[in-house]
Amino acid sequence: MSLLSVEDLHVAFTTYGRTTEVLGGVSLEVPAARQVALVGESGSGKSVTMKAIMGLLPPAARITRGRILFDGDDLLTMRERDRLRLRGTAMSMVFQDPMSSLNPVWTVADQLSTILKYADRRLGRARDRRGRMARVHEVLAQVRMREPERVAASYPVQLSGGMRQRVLIAMALLSEPRLLIADEPGTALDVTTQAQILKLLKDLVTERQLALLMITHNLGVVRETCAYTYVMHRGAIVEEGETAAIFAAPREDYTRELIAAVPRLTGRDAA
Amino acid sequence: MTVPALEIRNLTKTFPIRSAFGARAGAVTAVDEVSLRIAPGAVYGLAGESGSGKSTIARMVMGLTRPDAGDILIDGQSILGARSHAHRGRVQMVFQNPGASLNPRRTVGQSVRVALDAHGKPAARVGALLDMVQLPRHFADRYPHELSGGQKQRVAIARALAVEPRLLVLDEPTSALDVSVQAKVIELLEDLGRELGLTYLFISHDLSLMRNFTAEVGVLYRGRIVETGPTARVFADPQHDYTRLLLASVPVISDEEAALRPDIPLINGELPTAEELLALRQAERKSE
Amino acid sequence: MSDLDLREPAALSNAWQNWYRFSRNPTAVIGALIVLVAVALAVLAPWIVPYPADAGAVVDFQHRHLPPSWEHWFGTDNTGRDNFTRSIYGLRVSLALAGVVLVIAVPVGTVLGILAGYFGGWTEIVIMRLTDIALAIPPLVVALAVAAVLEPTLLNSMLALASLWWTWHARLVYSVTRQIRAQEYIEAAETLGASKLHILFREILPNVISPVAVKTSLDAGFVILIGAALSYLGLGVRPPTPDLGTMVANGANFLPDYWWESMLPATVILVLALGFNLLGDGLRDLFDVEDVR
Repeated sequence: MSLLSVEDLHVAFTTYGRTTEVLGGVSLEVPAARQVALVGESGSGKSVTMKAIMGLLPPAARITRGRILFDGDDLLTMRERDRLRLRGTAMSMVFQDPMSSLNPVWTVADQLSTILKYADRRLGRARDRRGRMARVHEVLAQVRMREPERVAASYPVQLSGGMRQRVLIAMALLSEPRLLIADEPGTALDVTTQAQILKLLKDLVTERQLALLMITHNLGVVRETCAYTYVMHRGAIVEEGETAAIFAAPREDYTRELIAAVPRLTGRDAA
Repeated sequence: MTVPALEIRNLTKTFPIRSAFGARAGAVTAVDEVSLRIAPGAVYGLAGESGSGKSTIARMVMGLTRPDAGDILIDGQSILGARSHAHRGRVQMVFQNPGASLNPRRTVGQSVRVALDAHGKPAARVGALLDMVQLPRHFADRYPHELSGGQKQRVAIARALAVEPRLLVLDEPTSALDVSVQAKVIELLEDLGRELGLTYLFISHDLSLMRNFTAEVGVLYRGRIVETGPTARVFADPQHDYTRLLLASVPVISDEEAALRPDIPLINGELPTAEELLALRQAERKSE
Repeated sequence: MSDLDLREPAALSNAWQNWYRFSRNPTAVIGALIVLVAVALAVLAPWIVPYPADAGAVVDFQHRHLPPSWEHWFGTDNTGRDNFTRSIYGLRVSLALAGVVLVIAVPVGTVLGILAGYFGGWTEIVIMRLTDIALAIPPLVVALAVAAVLEPTLLNSMLALASLWWTWHARLVYSVTRQIRAQEYIEAAETLGASKLHILFREILPNVISPVAVKTSLDAGFVILIGAALSYLGLGVRPPTPDLGTMVANGANFLPDYWWESMLPATVILVLALGFNLLGDGLRDLFDVEDVR
């Protein structure tokens, strides 16, 4: 059984009195300890799918049909309290933009330990301040920060873009999740920093046997990190399969054109 | 070569770092003795990440920032100290973020007419310009928020072409666009380049794009060009460590491309940053 | 292929979207209605008031101090004139004078603010320091001072007010202009060779209008209150011209017995100011969302 299972999800948005369906029946599965990518361009609905899974849809959106199962339980029908207990703990998200996802007036330690405090409370776990700080330093070391204590005591503005992204990953690891949802990881970063972050993510996920759902528009990133891919277009999954298979022999026209549009490092003649 | 369309000689720009009370507390050299030449009709790429100085160079070529030292020549004439208006007619820029470079309160037609009016060209050219970028003429009455990213960028291109420049500076023109839209916009730029005999200075961090669009490339690291040459050769056989690191970092979608990428030694199990890699190499060289 | 390139954009036009959002905000609609009704009443005053003559100097001692009734909605004052008629005419005066202040203050302040914000340097220093000085002077005190020197008419007082009021707009427009100046489309206009005049008034000004509209609406409420206060203090229009502030002052002599003579005109002032405030808030909510996009 998969860790995360989305079944026939339909989401509709109501703006200016008109309702439009933005997701028309999306189904996907993330098995435990497997890395899965959800690929699409802007407007494909991948962000809406991700928000629906995390429970972060805006008020104008409504889930009209479908189920989202985590470990067998339907997130959409469970009590709010139970759902909150999962979010940020068993199922946690690595946000996209390191600049705006961290509060500039709090130190890294403050932010992470506060998140941990609330997560502990939801899980009914007791941990004192020292215990929390120890855990904060622990996760910062896990994301390969050379000096975890110094980073913890810093303000976000004192850290480089790459370090801030690591802090976001650390934030997601605080409560030992089983599923990581990564939203366009590294797109806001330089290409060399992005390569570092992606390798880190891949190593972490493999070492800790975490499931990963990666939302992205970058096909190269998908090929390097995820073994299974879902391709989204206009609110529906148009193709799915093992990543290598899709790239080698895409079945659908849309997928084929998408792959053909990506410029090749080897130049045009070689492609 | 014949008179280069664009020549940059020893261009230098330093930005002061100010302390709390405005006193000068040091300086950052954004551009450090950069020199390059672009032949007429060629496409030259400047590859670099943030902090490399590529945007500063673009701004200096456009006359938005004054260099501290060095010279910029367009068609053999220095643009420094020249009457800026004449210079504006020869080089134009397409900005990175199409949403930000169009005034949200002006229609497409009005935005393009800004260029036409400033150079005494008839307003009727708007239609012809929209044709050139393959947009329907009635888009002239639309506002930017009614267009998609790719359409907005086409409008920006039309506007830049309105002054009939010889040189176009493209500052990450497609990085905010989806890959399929990007392909179409690049195709448009190539067609226009051929038809109108344009010279392009293409600034980007996207190496795959650079490989397909530019004939010659210069790799910028911290304000200096560390490697330059024909794009195919530089990519196939990179000499400088930073170029190697850049190439190794590009996410690629095929095995052939992956085989092209240089191997980079890991430091503490991690891919090194540029500083770390260069420091490592320097240490190795010292110990030799 | 993804049809992104020639896809038709959303069918709703900008104006319709704005109207839709505005109309969903109940207080904004109420504010707009109040303002519209007030303006309509003011414009149509001579034709719709029940006792037109009472706007002038009429004495009818038989009907003094009558309480509100069907014949006299607001009752009558101490010389027997219909209060409702006089209130409507007073409304006219209030709106006209608010108009005078804003018609002077808003353009002057906006232009100076744009110049200071765009050019910086000495232009900015001179204009903004002037603004700082003017902001430090209490408007009411200036009005009193002007009254002491010139004829104490309401017009003079309002002109005195206008001479200080522009500073608020200058400051607002200055900060907005500075933000806009940093935008890429201004840089684009500069690189295209557009003239400074064009950039100031065709590129920057349209983007400045939203906050200015909000502030103007809120200001209208304030100016009306200040105008009423000035009239109350006796710097108002000469009798027998009706004016809301004067009516409140005169009627105050007869509190609490003939409460309607001061309370009802006061309520008109309140409702009018409230209407402009609600409208201003509604406009601000409308424009804020738009900018967030």
